[in-house]
Amino acid sequence: MRFDKTEISLALVAIACVLFGFISPGWLIFLLTIALAKALVVQGVVMQMRSGLVSFGQGLFYCIGGYTVGMGGQFFGIHDAIAALALGMAVAIVVAMILGLLLTRYRDIFFAMLSLAFSMILFGILVKSQGLGSTDGFNVHNWTLFGWAPETGADSQQTVFTMTIAAGLLIAILIHRYTKAGIGVICEAVRENEVRVEYLGLSPRWLLYGNYVAAAAVSALGGGLTALATGHVDPEMAYWTTSGEFIFIALLGGLGHVAAPFIAAIVFSVVRTYSIEFVPNTWQMILGFTLLGVIVFLPKGLWSLVSREKSGERT
Amino acid sequence: MTSLLAVLIDGSIYASWLFLVAAGLTVIYGVMRILNMAHGSFYAIGAYSAASLIGWYFNNGVGPAWMSYLLLVGAALVAGLIVGVIVERGLLRLMYGRDEILMVIITYALLLILEDTMKIVWGVSPYFAYQPYTELGRTAFGLLKVSNYDLALVGVSALLGVGLWAWLERTNQGKVLRAVIHDREIAVAMGVNVRLMFTITFVLGTTLGALAGALTAPAISVVPGIGIEVIVLAFAVVVIGGLGSIGGAAVGALLVGMSRAAAVHYAPEFELFVIYGVMSLVLAFRPEGLFGRTMARKI
Repeated sequence: MRFDKTEISLALVAIACVLFGFISPGWLIFLLTIALAKALVVQGVVMQMRSGLVSFGQGLFYCIGGYTVGMGGQFFGIHDAIAALALGMAVAIVVAMILGLLLTRYRDIFFAMLSLAFSMILFGILVKSQGLGSTDGFNVHNWTLFGWAPETGADSQQTVFTMTIAAGLLIAILIHRYTKAGIGVICEAVRENEVRVEYLGLSPRWLLYGNYVAAAAVSALGGGLTALATGHVDPEMAYWTTSGEFIFIALLGGLGHVAAPFIAAIVFSVVRTYSIEFVPNTWQMILGFTLLGVIVFLPKGLWSLVSREKSGERT
Repeated sequence: MTSLLAVLIDGSIYASWLFLVAAGLTVIYGVMRILNMAHGSFYAIGAYSAASLIGWYFNNGVGPAWMSYLLLVGAALVAGLIVGVIVERGLLRLMYGRDEILMVIITYALLLILEDTMKIVWGVSPYFAYQPYTELGRTAFGLLKVSNYDLALVGVSALLGVGLWAWLERTNQGKVLRAVIHDREIAVAMGVNVRLMFTITFVLGTTLGALAGALTAPAISVVPGIGIEVIVLAFAVVVIGGLGSIGGAAVGALLVGMSRAAAVHYAPEFELFVIYGVMSLVLAFRPEGLFGRTMARKI
């Protein structure tokens, strides 16, 4: 297997992050873990955006991932973190395969609204489920990794951090290869003009279907990792404002590069954490103005700042 | 029998409320092709303006109780007008011509901004304006006692629906507006001032949203976040009926209102589920909604 320049740099950054994790304070590790786990969900949003679909309900799979990991430990005796995460992805894939049959018939705002409706259905079910803690959700703890049980606190925080980095690296490389492959390039063609792609003898619908299912799996992984990191899941994960946050991060980063969602998620988490601390009643307003600013001045996201510099060097 | 009656009464009250909330959303989409995520915030602004004005009115004993109903509507009209003009002239005007889906995200940003603006203006503690609600008393239907205010809401909602319909179908201005809906470019070519029509439509939409909030304010406690809950319900109603159709919004509101009332009475655990369940079911068979126009695909 050969690795290109992007993949090698991604791997180097990942290793640097893991090493950085040993010396940095706990709160920073926690913040980064949550940011990177959310970035995985955003990768799912971005995958669909590249083909022109904006999902206002990616929280559905975020929530499925989180709840499956939690329920696996609570009710089915699946304590191994990797197995629980895999189970979460499997459940998300099954759900996405069913919902995808319906959703891939829709485009634009109809896709956005219908995906939003499905995540709200899950929210509605979870809020009314007494056994799952209703609106409070429940705690996720006592998980193990290949039979080894990390102590709660710094030890487990460190482990989740490393796991999130590993998962992020793996997914980033896979998505990078996917976008460079023929089928990934066609996704952009579907966004530009679907009917012409059909004339080429391809089925945009099945392409979008595959994309939707893959995005669901990636998002569920992000949800599962969030559950492990915070030790808690609640129905808010499926609420539509959570999905709005993912779209926010996706637009902030832009579709230019596989690393963009990770950077955007970290920027978003830092800005959000500090805004909530210093201006608790105006942080949403700051987000709103930032979003407008990004749409108007940086339509290709933060990544365009980086790539613009590069193309300048070449000429 | 009683429970069936209860479902019918609850259902029509809820449906009329849903229609009030959804009407502004569907009008704006029909003319401007903007799915306005900030509609819930206009609703909340209306509720806050009405609640603070009513609270002040009764605490100081300024005048007779019946005046409060006029104040309720007046507060909504003023708030909707001001916010509508500011938002349309100050933000949306600069954004016209972008993708429909990008407009959704722009109005989402607007929602975030308005939510915090409200917190700055009205604070985070709840507002109450229950006097207009209790003032009207209750009517007994057999064993059931229903608040007259809620029943009046059904009337107001029906009146508003008929008024909107008459305006669109029977007046000159309505005709021009329908021309814009049908084909924007031809309307411009025929000398219609589309920009002005956009402003009128948007302000009408925000005022309807604010009115819905103001009329609801006496029945609830006005707290931060009420707009966020409302917006997805309004979406469901509008999408079921077909985006941009007023008749569709009415049918959608009835459908959702009745199903929710039935769920509340017979299977309360499905209360939230049923709304989006109905929506998904309708969309599965009629992707454009019940009264939406089917669009041709463009090459």
